[in-house]
Amino acid sequence: MGKSNRYLTIAILLVVILLAVLPLAFIHGSEFGGSDDAAEEAVGQLAPDYEPWFQPIFEPPGAETESLLFALQAAIGAGVIGYAFGFFRGRSTKKGRTNEDSV
Amino acid sequence: MKRKVFVPMGIAAMVLYLSVNTPQTAHAMHIMEGFLPVGWAVFWWVLFLPFFLLGLREIQRTTRANPETKLLLGLVGAFAFVLSALKLPSVTGSSSHPTGTGLGAVLFGPLTMGVLGSLVLLFQALLLAHGGLTTLGANAISMAVVGPFVAYGVYRLLSRGGKRQKLAVFAAAALADLSTYLVTSLQLALAFPAESGGVLASFAKFAGIFALTQVPLAISEGLLTVLVWNWLHAYNRTEMEQLMAAKRGV
Repeated sequence: MGKSNRYLTIAILLVVILLAVLPLAFIHGSEFGGSDDAAEEAVGQLAPDYEPWFQPIFEPPGAETESLLFALQAAIGAGVIGYAFGFFRGRSTKKGRTNEDSV
Repeated sequence: MKRKVFVPMGIAAMVLYLSVNTPQTAHAMHIMEGFLPVGWAVFWWVLFLPFFLLGLREIQRTTRANPETKLLLGLVGAFAFVLSALKLPSVTGSSSHPTGTGLGAVLFGPLTMGVLGSLVLLFQALLLAHGGLTTLGANAISMAVVGPFVAYGVYRLLSRGGKRQKLAVFAAAALADLSTYLVTSLQLALAFPAESGGVLASFAKFAGIFALTQVPLAISEGLLTVLVWNWLHAYNRTEMEQLMAAKRGV
């Protein structure tokens, strides 16, 4: 990977981290909740008589289990991405070497 | 070259965004289980199914023509899987997650991403009580159909002539993310029009909850997609170009 690409990588990671951290630093008195309360509330205001007609078949019993499952989802995905990049990188360096050998 | 444009643009947008927004508690996610009336739930499911079937056929065609791209297919699916598990804090004082569908849509086409995206939604609906089975059709239309099609269209439009690829990828992913939540807002507005102002007023309300929270996340998603795009370009250019060439030929 070229040098300018490496700088771009670092810059991108910094901006992404900033985008996530700035709201935490600037906005106080919010829990940054992850439930869908506000949309539910909005539906409640627009259609007070509306009753959800279907319940989730399985609901994580608590925040701990839910975060476990979310972490699992991220871990599985990250594992696949790591494997794929390792494979691609290994293959491309190997190919580069064979090309050099043959020259 | 591009980072000179990206960074100041990002900072300027962030400052503007922080200054115009007043914090409010809102939670931006997919439409919750049971929260669409039966008629609408069925409508979105029926609309979604043909895209799913066409997507399956497309995946079959791609993997048959280029069997070595299966790992790359797994990678773009995994990217969507990871990104939609990351609930990031946003400027509205609430959290939401990106969709991760832009990358796959640009590389494999929107139909392929439709299948992968809906599998992510199914996982979240079944195991996490996030989104839902009855609302899966609607959520799949927004995240797995409209998002990827927007990404694909934006990329094709901006990358014409092969230049400005990174910018095109950034815009494609960011707009896919944002359009997903605009469609979510529209779906809720259609199902729950306000008494005064109707669908439009209702749309403004839901967009205030869903789309506004999504703006910084869309930027993050665009940037992360460029990151992965660069890595792929560095280590797996052959397959990337093979796929894109096949797409252009169709």
